[in-house]
Amino acid sequence: MDFDPVLLARLQFAFTISLYIIFPTFTIGLSAYIATLGVMSLITGNERYQQIARFWTKIFAVSFGMGVVSGIVLSYELGTNWSRFSRVTGNIIGPLAGYEVLTAFFLEATFLSIMLFGGKLVPRWLHALSAVFVAIGTATSAFWILSANSWMHTPVGHEMRDGVAFPLDWWTIVFNPSFLYRLAHMLNASYLTAGFVVLAVGARYLLAGRHVDEGRTMMRMAIGLLAILAPLQLIIGDLHGLNTLKHQPIKVAAMEAHWDGSKPGDFHIFAWPDEQGEVNRYALSIPRGASLVLTHDPNGLFQGLKSVPPQDRPPVKSVFFAFRVMLGIGFFMIAAALFGAFLWWRGTLFTTRWYLHVMAHTWWMGFVAVLAGWIVTESGRQPWIVHGILRTADATSPVIGSVVAVTLVLFVLVYAIVFSFGIYYINRLIAKGPQGSAVEPPGGPGKRPLSAAHDAGRQALAGGG
Amino acid sequence: MEAHLPLIWAAIIGTAVAMYVILDGFDLGVGILFPFAKGNDERDQMINSIAPFWDGNETWLVLGGVGLLVAFPLAYAIVMPAMYLPVILMLLALVFRGVAFEFRVVSTGTRWNIAFAGGSTLAAFCQGVILGGMIQGIRVADNGFAGGSFDWATPFALLCGAGVVAGYALLGATWLVMKAEGPVADHARGQAKLLLLAVLALMALVSLWTPLQIPRIAERWFSLPNFYYLWPMPLVTGLMTLLAWRGLAGGGEKTPFFASIALFLLGFLGLVISWFPYLVPPSLTIWDTAAAPSSQMFMLVGTAGLLPLIFGYTIYVYWVFRGKVKPGESYHHH
Repeated sequence: MDFDPVLLARLQFAFTISLYIIFPTFTIGLSAYIATLGVMSLITGNERYQQIARFWTKIFAVSFGMGVVSGIVLSYELGTNWSRFSRVTGNIIGPLAGYEVLTAFFLEATFLSIMLFGGKLVPRWLHALSAVFVAIGTATSAFWILSANSWMHTPVGHEMRDGVAFPLDWWTIVFNPSFLYRLAHMLNASYLTAGFVVLAVGARYLLAGRHVDEGRTMMRMAIGLLAILAPLQLIIGDLHGLNTLKHQPIKVAAMEAHWDGSKPGDFHIFAWPDEQGEVNRYALSIPRGASLVLTHDPNGLFQGLKSVPPQDRPPVKSVFFAFRVMLGIGFFMIAAALFGAFLWWRGTLFTTRWYLHVMAHTWWMGFVAVLAGWIVTESGRQPWIVHGILRTADATSPVIGSVVAVTLVLFVLVYAIVFSFGIYYINRLIAKGPQGSAVEPPGGPGKRPLSAAHDAGRQALAGGG
Repeated sequence: MEAHLPLIWAAIIGTAVAMYVILDGFDLGVGILFPFAKGNDERDQMINSIAPFWDGNETWLVLGGVGLLVAFPLAYAIVMPAMYLPVILMLLALVFRGVAFEFRVVSTGTRWNIAFAGGSTLAAFCQGVILGGMIQGIRVADNGFAGGSFDWATPFALLCGAGVVAGYALLGATWLVMKAEGPVADHARGQAKLLLLAVLALMALVSLWTPLQIPRIAERWFSLPNFYYLWPMPLVTGLMTLLAWRGLAGGGEKTPFFASIALFLLGFLGLVISWFPYLVPPSLTIWDTAAAPSSQMFMLVGTAGLLPLIFGYTIYVYWVFRGKVKPGESYHHH
C-alpha cells in the first residue's frame, strides 16, 4: 500500500496538537482561577474559597497531567515528523521554544508540586503564591509558543541564507506583527473556556441542590468575569482579523469565502464554497457585510481568492466553516454572559432554572471555539508552514509513509484511551463535588482512604524531616 | 566568544541530559520496580515517594530536546528522523505513565498500575535503544538523514536498552532505600543488590563491545597518551560499586543512592570521552551542526540567568518534601 508521508505527518500533527491545545487552554484559565481563589481566601479568611480552590485543584491536576504528557510529544514531533522545518527555521523557532521551557515549564512543574502536595508543608501565603506562579507559568508558556507560532504567520526580523532562516533582530522576531493580537485573543479564549466550565459546574450544583453555597460562588465569579471578557473577545477578535487582512489577505478571503476582489464582499451566514467552480452555492448573505466589517466601508474592497492561483489557496471549506463555528459560539457566549449579569442584577440568577439548565450544558463551548479558531488560523496559512518562506509539503522528515502511518495509529489509540479516561475521571470528580471539613467529616465511609490519610501523612512528613 | 558557543552549548545540553537521566532515572526506576511490589499499600508508598518530583524531573527531557533544536538544529533534524520509532514509542510510553500518577488516585482497579509500570519500563528501554543507535552512528547525506527506519535495531542497541532499564531500576531501588520505610525499603535493598550486579555486567559488556565495533572509539581509549589519563575511569567505577555495595549490605540509607548516581555520571563521562566532538556520529561535529551564533547567544543570555533560578527552586522543592514516606500514609491532595 502506498502512503503519502506529507499527508500522514499532517494528520498526525493535527491530531496530536488538537488534543494537546485543549489542555493548555483549560489549564491557563483554570490556574488563574485557582490562584484568584487562593489569594481571596488569604485576604478574606473565608474558608469557602479555600474549599473551592481545593476542588478545582483536583481537576486541574488531572488536566495538567494530560497537558504535560501531550506537550512533551510535540517538542519531539517537530524533529521526528518535521525535520526540514526544524532545519530551515531552527535558528528562530528553537530559541523561542527554549525560552518557553526555561521560563515556564520548570516554574509550572516545580510549583505545581507545592500547589498539589504542599498544603500542610508550607505557609498558607506560599501555598497561594505557588498557585500564582503556576498561573504565571502557564501564561508565560502561551507567550513564547504564540510568539513562535505568530512568526510562522508573519515572519520578520530574519534573512534567508542558502534556504535557512537567520535571525537579524530578536525584538522584531519575538514581537512580530501578528503576535500581540494572537496572544490577547488566545489568553482571553483560555479565560473564557475555563470560565464557562466553572459556570456550568456551578449551575449543575444549583440545579441538583448540592454544594449550593459553592455553586453560587462559582457562578457569581464566573459571570463577573465572563460579562467583561466575552464582549472584549469580540473587539480583540475584530482587531486580530484586521491584522490578518493586512498580512495574510488570502486567509481572510477564505474565512469570508470571498472569490472576486473587484467587488465588495458579502457576509455569508451560510454558503457552500465550491472550490472547483470558484463560487459559493446556497449562500445566505448580508450584502456587503464583510466589506463593512473589514474595511469599515460598505463599498470597501479587499483581496479575493481568485487573486492567487489555486495551489496557493488554503482549503476554503474548512477555514470558512470553522470561522462560523467560532463566531457562533462567541456571540452565544456574549449573550449568555450578559444575560447572566442581568439576572444577577435582578437578583434572580440562582432561581431562573431554565437559564441554569442551559448553562449547565455549556462547559464544552470554549473548547470547541478554540479548536475552530485554531483551524481557521492554521488551515488558513496553508499551503505554507511558514508564510511565504516554506511550504508544508517541503517541511517533512525523510521518513517513509508506512512508518508514519503505524505511529499515527498508535497515537490515535493511546490518546483515545488516555483522554477518554481523563475526561471520565474529571466528570467523576465534578459529580463528587467540593469536599472538605466544612461539609462532611473527613474519612467518612465510601470515600477514598487517601483523603482521610492525607492530613496524617502531611503531618508525619512535615515532622519527619 | 563565538567560536566557543557550540562548546558551551554542548556543555549545557550535556548537563540537561545528565540531570534528566539521574532525576527521571530514579522515578522511572520506581515504575520499573512497580510489578514486584507486594500489594497496593506498598505501591502507594512507592508512588508517593516520587509524586511531587516526577513532573519537574521530566521537564529536563523537554529541555534536552528543545536545547538540541535551539543550539544544534541540524543535529535535531537528523537524529529525530533516524530514531523515529524509538522516540515515538518512548513518548507514548511516557504519556501512559505520566497520566497514571493522577489517574490511579481517582480510579479504582489496577489498570493504571499496569500502565505506570509498563510505560516506565518501555520509556527506559527506548532511551537505551536511542543511545545505542547513536553510538553505532547515523547515516547522513546532504545534511539530512539518509538511512532506513530500522537502522537502529541491532543487538547492540537492544543491549543498551536493557542496560538503561537495569540502571534506572537501580536508581529507583536505591531511592526507595533512602525515601521509604518498612517492607518497601527492605525489598528495595534486596533488589538493589541484584541490580547493582546486573548494571555492572551490562556496563562492562557495552564498554567492551563499543570499542570493538567502532575503531575511532577504540583509538580514543587505548592509544597513548590517552590511556594514561583514562585508566582511572574503570578504577573509580569499581570503587563506586564497592561503596554502593557496602552501603546496601551495611544498612546505609543514602550512600547507595548517591553512589549509583556517581556510577551513572561515570558512564556518562565515558560516553562524552568516546563521543567528543561528534554530535551525530560518525560524520557531524558540534561545530558542523551549530545554530546561528546570534541564536545561540540570544538563548545563552536567558539560560545563564534562568538555569540557576531553576536549580534554586528545584532544590527548594526537594527540601520541602524531604524526609521519608511512611507505610499507609500519603500526602496526596485527593
